[in-house]
Amino acid sequence: MTLPSAPTVTAGSEHFAHDADVGVRGWGATPSQAFEQAAEALTRVVTEAKVAERDRIDVRCEAPDIELLFVEWLNAIIYEMAVRNMLFSRFSVRIEGTRLEGTLWGEPVDVERHAPACEPKGATYTALKVLKKPDGVWSAACIVDV
Amino acid sequence: MDLTRLAQVDSTTWRIEPHGAMRVPVIIYADESLIRDIDDKVYEQASNVAALPGIVRASYAMPDAHWGYGFPIGGVAAFDPNEGGVVSAGGVGFDISCGVRTMLTGLPVANVLAEQRPLADELFRAIPAGVGSKGSISLDAAQMDAMLAGGARWAVEQGWGETRDLQRIEEEGAMAGALPEHVSKRAKERQRREMGTLGSGNHYLEVQGITEIYDAAAAEAFGLKQDEAVVTIHCGSRGLGHQIGTEFLKEMVVSAEAAGIELPDRELACAPINSEVGQRYLGAIRAGINCALANREILGHYARRVFRHSFPACDLELLYDVSHNTCKVEPHSANGTPRGLFVYRKGATRAFGPGHPSLPEALRSIGQPVLIGGSMGTSSYILAGTASSEEKAFSSACHGAGRAMSRHAALKRWSGRMILDELRAQGILIRSPSNRGVAEEAPGAYKDVGAVVAAAEHAGLARRVARLRPLICIKG
Repeated sequence: MTLPSAPTVTAGSEHFAHDADVGVRGWGATPSQAFEQAAEALTRVVTEAKVAERDRIDVRCEAPDIELLFVEWLNAIIYEMAVRNMLFSRFSVRIEGTRLEGTLWGEPVDVERHAPACEPKGATYTALKVLKKPDGVWSAACIVDV
Repeated sequence: MDLTRLAQVDSTTWRIEPHGAMRVPVIIYADESLIRDIDDKVYEQASNVAALPGIVRASYAMPDAHWGYGFPIGGVAAFDPNEGGVVSAGGVGFDISCGVRTMLTGLPVANVLAEQRPLADELFRAIPAGVGSKGSISLDAAQMDAMLAGGARWAVEQGWGETRDLQRIEEEGAMAGALPEHVSKRAKERQRREMGTLGSGNHYLEVQGITEIYDAAAAEAFGLKQDEAVVTIHCGSRGLGHQIGTEFLKEMVVSAEAAGIELPDRELACAPINSEVGQRYLGAIRAGINCALANREILGHYARRVFRHSFPACDLELLYDVSHNTCKVEPHSANGTPRGLFVYRKGATRAFGPGHPSLPEALRSIGQPVLIGGSMGTSSYILAGTASSEEKAFSSACHGAGRAMSRHAALKRWSGRMILDELRAQGILIRSPSNRGVAEEAPGAYKDVGAVVAAAEHAGLARRVARLRPLICIKG
């Protein structure tokens, strides 16, 4: 996948390379949509398999600026993945100033079906960028330590 | 890396003179072929570390250096608390006290090969590995705090290890100064069911055969015999360490600004050692170190049980357990006088030379075992610390092969099935819950570990004692 240039494609996500780990990038019409898309890329770090939208989890986080808030968002998901032993496939984000409220839908890890490749340890400030590109598309990206 | 930006000191030493905000030079240990392949990001990150307050002597990069977070992976730096030195959450990273232990089986490789398949299956059943794996240990709040204060010593008290192991673990199994009260509830919650689990990524348990001895006297002292098998475990502090790293990184980005520390990279978020947040962080990471020491002791205990079951006369003897993501106070010379410096090793192994007082009696005349991990298909190495290592890099050496290729690139190039088949043809059995994980960790995605340890030896960081080849690998 590459960043969209056509105005009709407004949201998506991808992985990008880091020496030891992996980058996640999401894009969309708003910062919230870019955050949601990046979260999907985070799940794909772990598995390419289908993840059911069975259970709903709400998260909240806060950070002094939009870039740090993006890292907090990914770390909130990583935390829920770890303590609930779950994977998530659908995300909804609402941002108000320095606060974020998010909803995650997913299911418990099924090792056989999901064949999880690796476990995200934490989102980092490396290659961290949240910005509105000249074409009006919002992009949110950082490296995830795995 | 562009060699024209470096000054070559000798065949394995390269220097970047201080420029801009750098307070000290950067020194990189690598041969010409390795340094050509080292990412330019290492130049940038090692130079950024050289700009941090209170750094002493130089910012070092080991022969396996690669692009990390704030610090390069394979980075070593020491800070003087009396010169405004800092503690940096990014300097230790997320996997606090990730490290390696090697245990001796005393079994000929041929005996292990005769049981190779059932042993691989048995180890895979006994060692919870990968996302979604379940450990059998669950800790309540009081047990969690006892573990965070007691480390491997705690694990032994619980019956998950042997007292004799403790003298073969750094800090004799329990890091002093741990303050579990400074580890957040969320970090503890994340660890509640993770004791005795391997994790994923580059973490593994391997059964290995000793294929080459370079230093007969050191090998004898270490108990390493040609064609015998050993067990090596590579893992760290699991979810607890990751959560501590995450939380303090965020806090230090804010506090650094308030303390007037200009950060060349937000990932280098730090706080003065002599500050409230700095002391709190030290208490928390020391608890994280204990978590890793306890975790490796428990995994070693599980491996011991499997071996006892398969080979009733076999009792695994711990050679050594050493971490490669740490910050520790050590006496080192700074401007001619010895003082307690805070030494960061981020993807670098402590390598105390012969005579170091912290080494157990049986190892003291030889130097500390330095355990260098391979990558499923390639060799691992056991090195020994040298007398020159203190002066070269605060008694530090490399920690592994270091990645040469991203996970992304590895996935494009190999399938897990292909790697499993190739390794099986070489006599190596892999057990992993994920074929994709195996592809991401393909041996070809790593640098030549042989070249890395040869450069470390040539540079005087550590000397080679033995080479190991994998027989069985349990991969998370």
